[in-house]
Amino acid sequence: MERNKLFRDLRTSLIIAAWFSFLLFPLLVMKVSVTGGAALVRFRWERLPGIAVAAFALSFAWRRALEWNEARGDKPSGAGPIAALTARARSALAVKPIRLSVTLVLLAVVAVYPFALGMYHTNIMITALIYVILALGLNIVVGLGGLLNLGYAAFFAVGAYTYGLLWKYAGPAFVAAGVDPGWLFWIALPTAGVLAAVFGALLSLPVLRLRGDYLAIITLAFGEIVRMVLQNSGAVTGGATGISLIPRPWFFGLRLPPRQAATYIYYIAVALVALTVFVVRRIEDSRVGRALEAMREDEIACEAMGVDLVRNKLVTFSLGAFWAGIAGVLLAAQTTYINPDSFTLWESITVLMAVVIGGTGSIPGAIGGALLLKLLPEYFRPLAQYRMLIYGIAMILVIIFKPDGLFPRNRKKYTFEGAPSVDGQEARR
Amino acid sequence: MSATDPILEIDRLSMIFGGLRAIDDVSLHIREGEICALIGPNGAGKTTIFNCITGVYRPTEGRVTIRRGSGQREAIQGLKPNVINRKGLARTFQNIRLFGNMTVLENVMIGRHNALKAGVLRAITRDAATRDEEERLIDDCRRILVKMRLDPFINETARNLPYGAQRRLEIARALATDPFLLLLDEPVAGMNPHETKELEETINLIRDEEKVTILLIEHDMSLVMNVSERIYVLDYGRLIAEGSPDEIKGNPEVIKAYLGE
Repeated sequence: MERNKLFRDLRTSLIIAAWFSFLLFPLLVMKVSVTGGAALVRFRWERLPGIAVAAFALSFAWRRALEWNEARGDKPSGAGPIAALTARARSALAVKPIRLSVTLVLLAVVAVYPFALGMYHTNIMITALIYVILALGLNIVVGLGGLLNLGYAAFFAVGAYTYGLLWKYAGPAFVAAGVDPGWLFWIALPTAGVLAAVFGALLSLPVLRLRGDYLAIITLAFGEIVRMVLQNSGAVTGGATGISLIPRPWFFGLRLPPRQAATYIYYIAVALVALTVFVVRRIEDSRVGRALEAMREDEIACEAMGVDLVRNKLVTFSLGAFWAGIAGVLLAAQTTYINPDSFTLWESITVLMAVVIGGTGSIPGAIGGALLLKLLPEYFRPLAQYRMLIYGIAMILVIIFKPDGLFPRNRKKYTFEGAPSVDGQEARR
Repeated sequence: MSATDPILEIDRLSMIFGGLRAIDDVSLHIREGEICALIGPNGAGKTTIFNCITGVYRPTEGRVTIRRGSGQREAIQGLKPNVINRKGLARTFQNIRLFGNMTVLENVMIGRHNALKAGVLRAITRDAATRDEEERLIDDCRRILVKMRLDPFINETARNLPYGAQRRLEIARALATDPFLLLLDEPVAGMNPHETKELEETINLIRDEEKVTILLIEHDMSLVMNVSERIYVLDYGRLIAEGSPDEIKGNPEVIKAYLGE
């Protein structure tokens, strides 16, 4: 059986190698050079074996990996070295002193990060943290609610533009009155959240009856509409040039030099991430969270049990959008400049990818996914031109080999802890 | 309030899908405390009637009315399923629709959704009232599970339950919504005779102790004849007979519908 499979894989890979050699022949082997009006075809035969061997090796490795994955699928999850390691880590974390020290070390690292690494790295980290907030917010919609949203960047834009427009229109009045315009940041933060949530509710109305592909297309269109409106209503939003010189957040009336300002925003971002995690966890572990869980499992049964799906979806979209709005304000404050190009479909897709690669529905997943997707490209700049290729490959690998994501969800399950009472025993017979 | 005044009344109900009359001018009623059965060959439209009652479909013609306690009669056709559930009608599904990845306890907790009030803000603040609510919820759910003899499975994931237990869990989940009328869609389908016997006791228990009226669709004739007081027979979307089990057993129309001529 195993031999047959191996033989079959070898044969298929040979065929594929031959096919690839044929396909790539005109591209990699033939070379046409035009000299003095005459075309000269040069055949670089020495390249052919390389192509064949590479195609063969890749195909064979891929096939073996797929088979290994299939065979692994039969076993109950929880086997394997990685699962054992996570299990060990979990049990270690359950011990109080260990958990406390790990938390303290983490906190210390987070706290000294901007001082230890300087402004360049701090700014990169702020961008990453903004994406963490975005991913956590989208995770509410995609992970908890099970609703696909490809227009998430629209809410991000709503947040950023709330701050930008506040600055553009209320800023001069603030300056004239002698009030530090940095206050606007603190006004914009809750306003943007609420405004984005309202937009979320608005979007949820037309998509209530849609699922799957239709939902994806409508949300995608919504995202583009918002961007187009921002781009084309130049008189109000500044059009494609956007809004610049947005003030940094107020800090006891001090005008901070760039480095300190970055540090300050970094701490604000960290605090907001912590707040997001707190809120998402609370919601997950509540009546609302359970209803979302049930809605994702089976909408018809959920509705038959009296759960209002319309309201549930509305809440989901609004909550998700709220955090995007918050993240938007942070972005405007960090870059001090916004224009519609920061909120393209690509942003929505990156956030969605962070959620999926990290682990749909999982909070550590959203954090880990966003950090990976934002930090790695920054530190591997030389590979920037291959970014799409690497994203694509990473996505395929994760979906096939680790469909639950890199940091899969470990949902809190409600259990009954008490010992079965006497009547319970009786009923069991 | 008079006991004879029906708590559910279906008046000249029709459901048309394209050119197909799935339900054709059906009228029936259920009185408080009854166990009624709706039977008929496959495709007769039994589940369609359930779907019309519980709001999955909006009936093409006709009225569905309910009366709660001594209250006024109210029309419920065309309302959304969750609204109808809140009014006190709960159902199970022919093809089991549990929340498979959730625990048995959690499934029943979803049934209690409307018995609780905590919204998003209270979920975030998690004040004392909310914590109380959650604790009471788990106790309530456990009580229901004990009654349905599901407490040994309480922390089990629903999809891992034996088949019979899954069917019972569906009933438990429906009961958790505090209904006055329970609609059971083939509750013993796929069960062995022993499990069927157990469920028969459970159905009687639900009616006698929980004071819940029951309407059930079932193909298992021994169960239908044993538990139900009145039987409606449906064939090709039309009601062809109504009566006590004995009347139905001897009805030539019914025999013809089931066995052919």
